Amino acid sequence: MKALVCVKRVIDYNVKPRVKADGTGVDLANVKMSMNPFDEIAVEEAIRLKEKGVVTEIVAVSVGPAKAQETLRTALAMGADRAILVVSETEVEPLAVAKIIKAIADEEQPGLIITGKQAIDDDANQVGQMVAALLGRPQGTFANEIAVEGDSVVVKREIDGGLETVKLALPAIITTDLRLNEPRYASLPNIMKAKSKPLASKTPEDYGVDIAPRLKTLKVTEPPVRSAGIKVPDVDALIAKLKEMGVA
Amino acid sequence: MSKTLVWVEHDNASVKDATLAVVTAAAQIGEVTALVAGSGCDAAAAAAAQIAGVSKVLKADDAAYANALAENVAPLVAGLMAGYDAFVAPATTTGKNIAPRVAALLDVMQVSDILSVEGPKTFTRPIYAGNAIATVESSDAKIVLTVRGTAFAKAETTGGSAAVEAVAAGGDAGTSSFIGSEIAKSERPELTSAKIIVSGGRALKDADTFQSVIIPLADKLGAGVGASRAAVDAGYVPNDYQVGQTGKIVAPEVYIAVGISGAIQHLAGMKDSKTIIAINKDEDAPIFQVADIGLVGDLFTLVPELTGKL
Repeated sequence: MKALVCVKRVIDYNVKPRVKADGTGVDLANVKMSMNPFDEIAVEEAIRLKEKGVVTEIVAVSVGPAKAQETLRTALAMGADRAILVVSETEVEPLAVAKIIKAIADEEQPGLIITGKQAIDDDANQVGQMVAALLGRPQGTFANEIAVEGDSVVVKREIDGGLETVKLALPAIITTDLRLNEPRYASLPNIMKAKSKPLASKTPEDYGVDIAPRLKTLKVTEPPVRSAGIKVPDVDALIAKLKEMGVA
Repeated sequence: MSKTLVWVEHDNASVKDATLAVVTAAAQIGEVTALVAGSGCDAAAAAAAQIAGVSKVLKADDAAYANALAENVAPLVAGLMAGYDAFVAPATTTGKNIAPRVAALLDVMQVSDILSVEGPKTFTRPIYAGNAIATVESSDAKIVLTVRGTAFAKAETTGGSAAVEAVAAGGDAGTSSFIGSEIAKSERPELTSAKIIVSGGRALKDADTFQSVIIPLADKLGAGVGASRAAVDAGYVPNDYQVGQTGKIVAPEVYIAVGISGAIQHLAGMKDSKTIIAINKDEDAPIFQVADIGLVGDLFTLVPELTGKL
């Protein structure tokens, strides 16, 4: 069974995003970029399934700028077999990304499509569910544990207040939550080896997908700043404050 | 006037709180019809009809909708949307699972986790884990939204008298089935809905100390318990305690950060809390820059003293 993993190049999670002074977006110039943390978990899960002999080939896909090639090289260094980069220097919305992945899935016929539950830049949490809808296949979102059993996959999902288990007929789409696994670091020899793994470069037009945005960003602002707080000298003063708030 | 279809989150017997903020948000866009999809959900539909601001309730009662499997309910919603302008769901794990599937079936680009309604098709939403707020306008003919519950007032659960209308069910897509669920039975409120949260950081030293220092304070306050990534990585508490950009995003009335320095990714997960209280021995810790009330000192003496005096 082939697995498709979808990864996105995003601002590194340790970097504090700064809103541009003109309110058009977040300043990404000279900012460290990395693979979306949830997508790293997706790549790791595919590799583990390959190590178990469930998955035979891992194809990593990214829709993004030419520089997203670095992100795909990281996926290849972790253990993906080959990669497809769909290049767009303008931002592609989740719906259009989903259409591109759907088209790639039609060509590649994967048994599993695994991706992060959301990207830490636009926080949309949409692509996996949209791919599932477009393919007419089941979805296991916010996966905490997955097990392939014959022609189905059992997915333990993180839901508000606990966990839920569903059984999905393959092919299926999985979106990863934080606790699914802990992604490995790529070793230096594997990073070197990844440089010679195949990476195909495509465009949205190759898949016949119109990426014209449906949403127009009117402005991007800083969140309201918190007013400067006070310091209390001791526990009694803190309790007095808690009482004022009706907490204690 | 626009017509909105609201996803009612329920357990077949009663309506869950998350629905109430969604009704408020939807009412700012247009007339509100509430959709109760479930199995044996008469009581939930009756409860939805009582919510102030709901003008009609659609009830889709079928075994296929018992566990809100997206494969079964998304086609139902997409079909009903022929008569509506906007589908509005809570940004809960249920809403986030279903809404994008509906959006794709309708060929609509969803607007996720809205914080406010600025116009018929204009909304604000957090991006970069709340480090920036985007105002976006949709050009789609229909709108699909998920709503951040903490950003809207809750509609009253009484005062409405909507008619309940049964709608035909679409049946089971046959591609997924529900096996079971494990819902934490603890009396402790869950992080994403807790009014008060007590969170511990790496300074708690080890798992036993975390238990003996943080838990009694949380018990005293009836609070949820969270932790920084550093505390989770150090193994003091399980992963699902983690508050932060890659963990849970919380916005309680009161957030008490104990021994948490305030790394960027932790702040991203809790800085929308109404009141932040920080207890830390380092008076220069970044957490004090966002804290409303700070107490500088040794947590191992201050927290037990606080717990004892409450």
